Amino acid sequence: MADPGGAVGRPLPRSGARRLAFGRGKYSDDLRFPGLLHLAFVRSPYAHARILGIDPAPALAAVPGARVITGAEIATVCKPWQGTMDHLPTMVSPPQHAVAVDRAVWQGEPVAAAVAASRAKAEDAANEVAVAWEPLPAAAVRDRTLDEDAALVHPELGSNLCFSTALGTGDSEAALDGATHVVEGRFSFARHSGIPLEMRTVIADYDPGEGTLTVHGSHQSPWHQQDTLSRHLGIPEHLVRVVAPDIGGGFGIKLHIYGDEIAVSAVSKILGRPVKYVVDRMEAFVSDVHARDQAVAARLGVDGDGRIRGLSVDALTSLGAYGSLGRPPISEGMMTIMMAAGAYANAHYDARLRVAFQNKPPSGMYRAVGQPIACAVAEQLLDWAAGAAGIDPVELRRRNYWTDDDYPLRTPGGLAINRLSPRRCLDKLVGMMGYESLRAEQADLRKAGIHRGIGVATFLEMTSVGPAYYGPSGAHISTQDGATVRLEPSGAVRCVTSVIELGQGTHAALAQIVADRLGVAANDVGVVGGDTATTPYGGGAWASRGLTIGGEAVWRAAGGLRANILELAGSILQADRADLDLAGGAVCDRATGEPRIALSEIGRIGHFRHDTLPPGIQPELAVTRHYVPDAAPFALANGVQGSSLEVDVETGEIRLLDHWVVEDCGRIVNPLLVEEQIRGGVVQGIGGALFEECRYDEDGQMLNASFADYLVPMAAGLPDIHVGHVETPIEETALGTKGAGEAGTVGAPAAIMLAVNDALRPLGARVTSLPITPESILEAIAAARAG
Amino acid sequence: MKAPRFAYIRPESLDEVLELLAEHGEEARILAGGQSLMPTLNMRLSRPRLLIDINRIEELKGISFEDGTVRIGALARHAEVMDSPVVAEHLPMIAEAMPHVAHVAIRNRGTFGGSIALADPAAELPACAVALGAEFVLASARGRRSVAARSFFNGLYETERGDDELLIETRIPAIEPGYRSSFMELARRHGDFALAGVCCHAKVDGNVLSDVRLAFFGSEDRPRFADAASAAAEGKAWSDDVKDAVKEALGGDLDPIGNFHASAATRLHLARVLTGRAIDRMVAAG
Repeated sequence: MADPGGAVGRPLPRSGARRLAFGRGKYSDDLRFPGLLHLAFVRSPYAHARILGIDPAPALAAVPGARVITGAEIATVCKPWQGTMDHLPTMVSPPQHAVAVDRAVWQGEPVAAAVAASRAKAEDAANEVAVAWEPLPAAAVRDRTLDEDAALVHPELGSNLCFSTALGTGDSEAALDGATHVVEGRFSFARHSGIPLEMRTVIADYDPGEGTLTVHGSHQSPWHQQDTLSRHLGIPEHLVRVVAPDIGGGFGIKLHIYGDEIAVSAVSKILGRPVKYVVDRMEAFVSDVHARDQAVAARLGVDGDGRIRGLSVDALTSLGAYGSLGRPPISEGMMTIMMAAGAYANAHYDARLRVAFQNKPPSGMYRAVGQPIACAVAEQLLDWAAGAAGIDPVELRRRNYWTDDDYPLRTPGGLAINRLSPRRCLDKLVGMMGYESLRAEQADLRKAGIHRGIGVATFLEMTSVGPAYYGPSGAHISTQDGATVRLEPSGAVRCVTSVIELGQGTHAALAQIVADRLGVAANDVGVVGGDTATTPYGGGAWASRGLTIGGEAVWRAAGGLRANILELAGSILQADRADLDLAGGAVCDRATGEPRIALSEIGRIGHFRHDTLPPGIQPELAVTRHYVPDAAPFALANGVQGSSLEVDVETGEIRLLDHWVVEDCGRIVNPLLVEEQIRGGVVQGIGGALFEECRYDEDGQMLNASFADYLVPMAAGLPDIHVGHVETPIEETALGTKGAGEAGTVGAPAAIMLAVNDALRPLGARVTSLPITPESILEAIAAARAG
Repeated sequence: MKAPRFAYIRPESLDEVLELLAEHGEEARILAGGQSLMPTLNMRLSRPRLLIDINRIEELKGISFEDGTVRIGALARHAEVMDSPVVAEHLPMIAEAMPHVAHVAIRNRGTFGGSIALADPAAELPACAVALGAEFVLASARGRRSVAARSFFNGLYETERGDDELLIETRIPAIEPGYRSSFMELARRHGDFALAGVCCHAKVDGNVLSDVRLAFFGSEDRPRFADAASAAAEGKAWSDDVKDAVKEALGGDLDPIGNFHASAATRLHLARVLTGRAIDRMVAAG
């Protein structure tokens, strides 16, 4: 375990942030390539249409020297892929071409690429490509996609149903029948996306001389890219290199395989030239993966003293036109039904899930996948149950959490849980909020006609998902991460990691881990990553895995180097290595702490003075280790969020007053990084709660594909977000960390919805659709008045 | 998101601008702050042949007060209007509206004249101009003319300005003794286009209102002067009954256009709520 005086656990500022603040970030679009061509896509204006023909002639006339490459031409060098899963034989998803060949199945699907000497010229050419379309009926209304008369996204499948399943334990129907209070709701969670500041970007350079493909891009999982490019473009894997430079946010959006991105490499292979494509903001709205888009009907029964008797959940998730390669598109819905009320003791649960295709952009994984839905549904039902039973909602939670004696356990939704800390988190949160006085203030203000609301929501966050999920699916996605740690001649240390840095600061935390293992300062450790040719193989950045998996790999690699350093030092000092330790940048006597030889001396001798070493000593000053979680399928973090807000019941406006989070992500390596992950996550959760929605008309046309109409939270409208910690290290790893990247997003929508409904309670009004808008609040109030 | 090709010219004199407008008419666009024009070009929603950059034309700049009238040059930046002591003293409604005009970065570049000439129906300044009885001065190679704000706005992005004309300044009567203004806006987020917005101006004597002028934005395809609602408050002592009458009358003035941010009915409801609150505040300000 880390030295308590060491770097792990300390709020060290990260050096990478300083570099970015100095304006020295190098994002994909900043890189320069000689002989570069620029690509723009011709995208389908229809949600569903047959492509009768593509005539490049007007484009070539308008932009001399331009090239137009159709989906059919791209298909000659790039095989289609299929988003099916080996372990889910009933889940269907048809083959997908990088660029549409015969039929476009969403508004925004690429159908041809125009390439020219500048992006402006490529756009000029793309605008002039003449496509003959035959528009087809589209399936674009979530709750009607599975109707008998719905248009079929993929007629060859005979239905829009992608997958359906059911799970549960006990007899929830009987349990609900026997409950004293039964509450129910129909909830809706809008389709939205992740909106990273930096757009998806690809620069592909196929070198016909050597047959190599080098891709620079803004991607969370370059190894998945490498594998896909190799297999689908037919380039041997050792000739494919994917480099991820600085990344301006991903949030899951950038972990997927996109047809347009793969097509850039295909075009480079066809032309033998470097080709660059940057998604622009309007394209991002109709080409980045979308998420959420779920309708949930749920019922909860409690007995007279508020204890849960049973829960029933029925969810319908709407996808886009395809599942994503290697990433199960059903996760949003599966997480909903697996995670709902997982922190609470309950014996009777049933859940049904249906997942359907629509003529919309492909669906994928966005920060917190399905868990905000599970949390919002269960927590709202619990609040209503508390109201029905006349019990304070916080007290009702306390009565229902699993007790410490219950662990380890398997929840009715199927989650294996070794240990959680919701009671400790709740106690801390209630103290931070000043819950009792907030309730008193709320009651006083209500007499003055002011409608304040308080929401307290318990969340679970599934992090660091391991091989049990990805292995059986057949996906070529590694759940392992790797690291090489090397002693430089000066005694400084370099760490090369497969963990992708995309703004979250994980690399800084890895330096802290190395520092403690080798007894050096964190700023004596350099961390690099993001290059499939030069770093150990790994997963990248997703599922809040950076420290739990990548950090453990670093811990092990640094441990291996530590052993090698001590062995070399023993040989130099003619001492028993068991009597030696590392601290303060030196090899020291384990018993006394007395420095024996500086690491810089070890570095100098180990790299330059091999002549002074006894025969048979081979200094090994770089060590590579990998780690894959082998003892648990995931690391389950937990916490509680609180929201205080005010609703203007005449205008429907919501003013967020304060937000609190207490979370338990196991051992904290750097509290600054954890707290900013929590805050950023809360802000995206607020986006889902109050603002973000991809609006579509019935023909599948997106109505708000710009920042003028797709609203995201703005700094000026946000409350202070107070963060507290409970630390319950997991026992399966040396470090004991769990993920923290999604916790904020999991719980914030629930806390806010609960608070809004708490504010509206005296009016008898309820909102159950996210995002909550001024109009939806006014409508709910009007509906309550109308009885 | 790259603009299509266009020609660009940056004249040094007003005469030169007017000659270019006379020659190119509707194929030219005026570039002032560029805060609406540049996104429109980059989204390829507009394909003018020529951009005429007027940022060098000195006589279009500045804010001044003379003979009871405030003159706001077409090139006055929003930030300049927001910080202007002249505006704060003589046009309190405009001063109150400015923080609602977009965001700091946009206010640093965007111009008063640009906002008027663009005629976005959700924008604040056209409605203020209507409520305050502003006059817009248009210049062309043919000469100059002045158009009252109430007859300037013809519809969505449509105005009385001819293709060869340049809006050179706005002239707004300074607030007179005994008068008060009030401005209120509702938007999804601060700085967004309005779901509802009201500009109130009236003589307030105790709680008796006269010369009542109510104008609305974010409702229809242009800023709307509310004749019936204004008349319902005219000469009345402000009370809950009068408030109800004004709100009721507003239903005859406004025929809002709904979209996915808010339906027509919601927009009318919000305009009514805001009107009551804005007049409450205006009366209470004494």
